[in-house]
Amino acid sequence: MEIIGFIFICIGILFNLFGCIGLIRLPDVYNRLQSATKCVTLGTCSILIGVVFYYGFTNGGIKAIVAIPILFFAATVAAHALVKGAYIFGIKLGDKSVKDDYKDVHKS
Amino acid sequence: MMKYIAIFILSFIFWILLTFSFSISNIVVGIAAALVTSFVFGKYFLKHVRPFLQIQRYYWLIIYLFIFTWECIKANFDVAYRVLHPAMPIKPGIVKVKLGLKTNIAKTILANSITMTPGTISVDIVGDEIYVHWIYISTDNVEEYSQKIAGRFEKYIKKIFE
Repeated sequence: MEIIGFIFICIGILFNLFGCIGLIRLPDVYNRLQSATKCVTLGTCSILIGVVFYYGFTNGGIKAIVAIPILFFAATVAAHALVKGAYIFGIKLGDKSVKDDYKDVHKS
Repeated sequence: MMKYIAIFILSFIFWILLTFSFSISNIVVGIAAALVTSFVFGKYFLKHVRPFLQIQRYYWLIIYLFIFTWECIKANFDVAYRVLHPAMPIKPGIVKVKLGLKTNIAKTILANSITMTPGTISVDIVGDEIYVHWIYISTDNVEEYSQKIAGRFEKYIKKIFE
């Protein structure tokens, strides 16, 4: 059981690392948030699952299970708020962007 | 009255999971906290209690959770691939997708699901249209990308929340 826990924790740390690399490499706010929400959320969830395997159904393990859905909702809602806030603040989409349907709504 | 009881039961279960000790004093404090919560917030959440008691919704919820987890894992490999690829194959933009859902809770859950799936983040909901930031726009056909972004989850969410 401990070994399975360690494997999950290692996978989680790896994905968190990918998320952070994406945060540096990708060109603009919107793309950076993509990597920040996806990789970092699932990486952290994977670490929490590793904690559940490591401790079993004790005090700590149950708390880790409860934390997973809370983390999901918090991360998605925060990403949504950041994207919308960045757009309203007037940050342009990056040079590589090909389409922007949201422009018309925001103008009115 | 029923919805106060539902909120009370949910918050008490949440308290037990958070503290996870079954001593008398802990349970008494939990009941008091759940009572206060249900009196203060009871009127905001949940219009009806009946959906909680329909078994087939739980069945669809479990299927939906499996599909959602699979999409999440796929999303991670997708983003990891784009980040680690030397040429960074991205073609980002914001697209408009039409929704077939009516209730607010269903729209919220769909927006959250879209945020967690490969390459997409929901930006805003206006009426029954959702604006999605997509990291790689593979097609210009409206029908096709609506199906690609929202179609996978829409039918399940309809069955669960409406």
